[in-house]
Amino acid sequence: MELRIDIKKMLPHFDLDVSFVCEDERMLVLIGPSGGGKTTIIRIIAGLEKPDEGSVAYNGETWLDVGKSIFIPPQKRRLGYVFQDYTLFPHLNVYGNIAFSAHDKKDADELLRVFGIRHLRNRKPYEISGGERQRCAICQALARRPQVLLLDEPFSALDVITRRMLRDELKAMKSTLSLPIVYVTHDINEALFLADDILPIVEGKIARNWMQQTITRTVSPETGRSRAVREPRLSLAY
Amino acid sequence: MEWLPLYLSIKLACVSTCALIILAAPLAYVLAYSRFAGKSLLEALINLPLALPPTVVGFYLLVVMGPKGTVGRIWEAATGSPLLFTFLGIAIASIVYSLPFAIQPMKAAFEKIDRRLLESAYVLGLSRFATFIKVIIPNSIAGIAASAILVFIHSMGAFGVLLMVGGSIPGETKVASIAIYEATEALNYREAGLMSLTLVPISYAFLLLINRLNRSKSHGA
Repeated sequence: MELRIDIKKMLPHFDLDVSFVCEDERMLVLIGPSGGGKTTIIRIIAGLEKPDEGSVAYNGETWLDVGKSIFIPPQKRRLGYVFQDYTLFPHLNVYGNIAFSAHDKKDADELLRVFGIRHLRNRKPYEISGGERQRCAICQALARRPQVLLLDEPFSALDVITRRMLRDELKAMKSTLSLPIVYVTHDINEALFLADDILPIVEGKIARNWMQQTITRTVSPETGRSRAVREPRLSLAY
Repeated sequence: MEWLPLYLSIKLACVSTCALIILAAPLAYVLAYSRFAGKSLLEALINLPLALPPTVVGFYLLVVMGPKGTVGRIWEAATGSPLLFTFLGIAIASIVYSLPFAIQPMKAAFEKIDRRLLESAYVLGLSRFATFIKVIIPNSIAGIAASAILVFIHSMGAFGVLLMVGGSIPGETKVASIAIYEATEALNYREAGLMSLTLVPISYAFLLLINRLNRSKSHGA
């Protein structure tokens, strides 16, 4: 199973033109400077925006083909989407949010347990912390039993400690999900930590040399892990 | 004091409020979220009763709902009875006249909802209609309540438009505002004064309720 994307779209400052494949059980991280078209790509995959040309297909099923006038609406793509900011429904409590579109209501209970937020079950989104809200948002996305999981800078609004904790949780959880995951970030540390594959996007194009140009990579003698020395937050995170 | 006009006013306000909440919600949704040619023309048309004298609105309704008007003719052909000078006639007039008061707070409430919440609902599998019912409406309760209260007060106080369309038939179209006018004309100041006095606390209580709603909305934000 794979997610195949080949899209072109004219944006105000540049043309978006990308083509890539995200394979099953892999996390593909779209990285690049803010305003480079990453969120537009993920929104096109979700069906929230349409490209000028191109196609999006999952496992051979065409979700979008501009040439053939095929457009499957987001409602029918069965995907999980965690947005940049909190988009939990304010009128529902945590359980209501997760069970909102749950395939089976038992899934909602199970997710509450797995993500350690069962005690927040009856709280409203404004009564819980930012980290708890994003945990809840991930549960909400997973409760639908999605075919593809899309995460658009899900931890960007969180403090460093919570962010690191949630990254660890996501990385641990990733191996249990057998679906393609597309993760958008502008944070190099996050990309290096989470990604199975990294795709740098700069001004709407795949810029394979962007990582090398942006950071100088060395190998830490203690851990043998790749480190980016020109990224100041790196020392805090890893 | 005559209680029948006051009862009719309250009945009219209740009917107008219920009808307008149902009618205005989809219209406010279209105005808040859709883009189409002529949207501003439609919005101006809906708001026209705000800018016109009530007698002008009443006059056009009289023409349209009269036996020679399109609506009146169709109604008479279907039911065998006229629309003018009936309770239903003044209810329709009140609905048209109060439409902008229902639309504006609702539209403002709908526009305040973060678009990403709607997108989130779509991605979670909800149709546009289901999103309207399950996400937009529950998150616009204060705006909808404000619409309902404004329509209720406005319908209670309507005069010119109702007089044009319904005249003053006791038990049918003679609402409190018309009864007060007639009592004053007949120099029956006691009757006019008593009836006016009953309307003041009702309107005042509803205005207090609106203030409270606005306060809770701003505290919530």
